[in-house]
Amino acid sequence: MVCESWKAKLDTYVDGELPSEEMRTFDAHVRSCPSCSADALTRVQMKRAIQVAGKRFIPSAEFRKRMQQSIAHKPQRSFRLGWVLAAAAVVILVVGTLTSAYLGTRSGRDRVFSEIADLHVETLASSSPVDVISTDRHTVKPWFQGKIPFAFNLPELQNSEFSLLGGRMTYLDQTPGAHLIYDVRKHYISVFVFQERSLPARLDENSLSPKKRPFNVETWSQGGLRYFVIGDASPADIDTLAKLFKAAS
Amino acid sequence: MSGVGSQPDSFEELAMPLFDQLYNFAHWLTQNREEAEDLVQETYAKALKGFSSFQLGTNFRAWMYRILRNTFLTSRTGLKVTMTVPLDPEEDGPELAVECETPETILFERANRELLQRAIDELPMYFREILLLCEMEEMSYQEISETLSVPIGTVMSRLSRARKTLRDRLRPQLQEGAGTVAIAKGTNHGL
Repeated sequence: MVCESWKAKLDTYVDGELPSEEMRTFDAHVRSCPSCSADALTRVQMKRAIQVAGKRFIPSAEFRKRMQQSIAHKPQRSFRLGWVLAAAAVVILVVGTLTSAYLGTRSGRDRVFSEIADLHVETLASSSPVDVISTDRHTVKPWFQGKIPFAFNLPELQNSEFSLLGGRMTYLDQTPGAHLIYDVRKHYISVFVFQERSLPARLDENSLSPKKRPFNVETWSQGGLRYFVIGDASPADIDTLAKLFKAAS
Repeated sequence: MSGVGSQPDSFEELAMPLFDQLYNFAHWLTQNREEAEDLVQETYAKALKGFSSFQLGTNFRAWMYRILRNTFLTSRTGLKVTMTVPLDPEEDGPELAVECETPETILFERANRELLQRAIDELPMYFREILLLCEMEEMSYQEISETLSVPIGTVMSRLSRARKTLRDRLRPQLQEGAGTVAIAKGTNHGL
């Protein structure tokens, strides 16, 4: 069929998402082809019907008022004030650029590690810490398919002291990721995996703050993914599990 | 929507114009009025808290929808949905070829709004949300990709499957009036 290649792109065409050159070519084809023209019309009408049907639920006036009251008079960004303060800020910025860059990076990093620690503690405190309960990596890994926008490998644990308990979806700064829970001699270890580019702060291999932390943490980047291994197990255990992950990725 | 041109100076000015559509979307996701209100409330609270980290010039609407959706996915209802409705495994596969169809123009002309709403309601959550973001919110593939945190290729293939599923589910319900299809066929001339 001559039109098969056109028809495969019909949805993209009616969504107006083809590159402009291809859009023009497609336009010309649709005008001369009754079959594609009919199909395109059908899809446009379907779009319109869904658009109309989709506008279905209207918030109550009472709820709207409640929301307005809850967020009113809480400007988080005042541009006018910002412009007034800008001149003064320039001086401070010039003087403190290096310092603030360093502190900013460190505070961003600290915040990430704090959130990772919070996620670890919250999960262990939960009555249902994992959404997929399985010791089999071939069950846990596919469970994440379609739930997070990336894929990753889980290590083989035979001949090691670690056992996989399960996994769950998690979010760090609205970024979806995978959270896996392991057990080693009654100590629980969390492994978090996120897309590196989605994280709010730049982290490097040795970016752990020297200050004392309640957990042992190891982090690294591999294949565009950022891994965190955290738990109250010994640093050697954390390191061993991290190495198993590095070898599997 | 990002507010670059008009320079709105508060969270309220940026966020309140989205209130109706966010509530509508939340209701479609939760399928329950009270849960939708809770979801919108939590979304606004989270967005307000994180507004200082929102990068002006980026897409505020996609940012709000992303917060709402992530909040939903981690809610009890959301977790239940994601656990019981697995995605088609060929998530990143090529766009599906379009099958030769009966004149759906007529089918959708005949479909009354309630019928279509019921069919959308019954779609798996991943299909329902992407259809609504594309058709109702008129988001671009790029915006949908940002909102759902999936690649554009996935947006295209998932949309394609969502539309096909909707068509397949509507078709039998409308077949009782198939006799009139032939009469209306003559209207199907093109754009």
